[in-house]
Amino acid sequence: MQATDPAITWLQEKPLGLAERLYLPLFVQGLATTARHLVSPKVTVSFPEQRPAVGNPLIYRGVHRLNRDEQGRVKCVACFLCATACPAHCIDIVATESPWPDREKYPEAFQIDELRCIFCGMCEEACPVDAIELTSLLDLTGKSREEMIFDKEKLLSVYDMTKDAEPMKSAALGGAP
Amino acid sequence: MTSFLPAPTTIAALVKIGLLVGGLMTAAAYLVLVERWMAAWVQDRKGPNRVGIPLTKIRLFGLGQPLADGLKIILKEDFTPRHVDKVLYAAAPLVLLAASLAIFAAIPFGSVLPPLGIPGLPDPVPFLVAPGLDVGVLWVFALSSIAVYGVLLGGWASNNKYGFLGGLRSSAQLVAYEIPLGLGLLGVVLAAGSLKLDAIMNAQAETGVWYAFAQPLGFIVFLVAAFAEAARLPFDLPEAEQELVGGYHTEYSGIKLLLFLVSEFLHMVTAAFLIVIMFLGGWHLWGVTGSSQEVTWVGALLRFAILSGKILGVILFFMLVRWSWPRFRFDQLMNLAWKVMLPLGLANLVTVATVEEFRPQLAAAFGPSAAGWIALLVPWGVFFVGWIAAGLLTPSGTDNTPILTHGPLDVEHELVEV
Repeated sequence: MQATDPAITWLQEKPLGLAERLYLPLFVQGLATTARHLVSPKVTVSFPEQRPAVGNPLIYRGVHRLNRDEQGRVKCVACFLCATACPAHCIDIVATESPWPDREKYPEAFQIDELRCIFCGMCEEACPVDAIELTSLLDLTGKSREEMIFDKEKLLSVYDMTKDAEPMKSAALGGAP
Repeated sequence: MTSFLPAPTTIAALVKIGLLVGGLMTAAAYLVLVERWMAAWVQDRKGPNRVGIPLTKIRLFGLGQPLADGLKIILKEDFTPRHVDKVLYAAAPLVLLAASLAIFAAIPFGSVLPPLGIPGLPDPVPFLVAPGLDVGVLWVFALSSIAVYGVLLGGWASNNKYGFLGGLRSSAQLVAYEIPLGLGLLGVVLAAGSLKLDAIMNAQAETGVWYAFAQPLGFIVFLVAAFAEAARLPFDLPEAEQELVGGYHTEYSGIKLLLFLVSEFLHMVTAAFLIVIMFLGGWHLWGVTGSSQEVTWVGALLRFAILSGKILGVILFFMLVRWSWPRFRFDQLMNLAWKVMLPLGLANLVTVATVEEFRPQLAAAFGPSAAGWIALLVPWGVFFVGWIAAGLLTPSGTDNTPILTHGPLDVEHELVEV
């Protein structure tokens, strides 16, 4: 395209006024803007000590928990649906015969590798008895890889820790407690 | 035994050098922290506030940050690319740092100490590494010109287009702004009648009129030129990150980069020192410090504190300016140097020379008080007239539209249909 092309509209800059040509008013204006921001309230959230103000923090999908029933037993029936649904293959269940009459199997071991987990929530959706749920604890850290492999006791303790702050979702949705 | 000892003046100079270099390096490290804080606060952030005392949880508002930064950059790999000129590549940061530090030999960092009574040491002891250096100002300017070589060498030795362009821009900019800088300075030297920086401070303390008030035009010219010489925004073209990656230090890493960065900060500190000493009264503050050369310990420390406070104020202004204005384009930068600052500096010089020449006659005709007022008001008149003239006469913008009508010299640019 040439400069003479009629499709191009050449706009002229607005000529500067006296105040603009003297530079001083703009100088003061710029300095005033920066000085105002220098003392204005800061937007930074000092994260670990201070939590960002989110409307509903429960919407986050964080670390898993294994729910207990009203007798304090693990709700899981070791059906392997969550392990099957898991796209990251991070759930490892060892099933054994249940000592209780109301179900056939229960998990002898239940391990989740939190480092492999992609926090998609498919295990939660797949579970037929609402035994596995994702809590909203999203800032999960550990000092070693081994520490980040959560076993059954740890997952149950997550439930004990969070059951008051985050009641089981199934109850709120009208399911069995 | 005494014959083996160096002279007391040598020891005094060594003590001063130790204090000055230690103080400057610490100050440069902490000014980086202040700069980062200012940057953060202006952008509504909090800035570095985590690093405190190592191995504890005490944070101290992030005051440990410079130590951590320094350790990190010193422990980084000192990588030398294969395509560089090895000798010059290694020499460039050293040249720059040596020049930036040597400048301070002639820069007073306080007034004088009270008499110490040490035999062999002339009293009172000035806060100056090289007292009695008659060419103080020349020394400062000569060494700040040598610092340009460090930048040029760095750009050239890197054998890299960004480094080369940065060095090229830097040399053009620094050479151009040496002239307004010198013109702003000449007025002060003329009025003080001395090239010694401590004498310039004393002259301001005696009259009580800082040269920023007596020579407003010279002050503005010097201030703008000092910004350009220190390569601070809005004149940071030598290392414009968006265009030149890192400018002349693109290829540098580790401790060599640290030397460059420290030197840059020292440039800013030098500029702040010069602005304060030559135009803002140095250690003088009306009704607080007095102007005598005989001081008590309290008075000496007070003057040191006032000088340091003023310098810190100027540096904070430097940092605030950094976030207030966008960078100049290179042609605007050159226009400003040659078409605005040079004439204004000349006007200031002529005004000061005229006022100083006729001051005795004025004093004889109207009395010393009225002569003082006239000598103060004339430069202000010239300042306003000069400023308005500069605003009205300089090109205000650049016409970016294409030239559609060709002049006789433009024939060869015409498009040829193939």
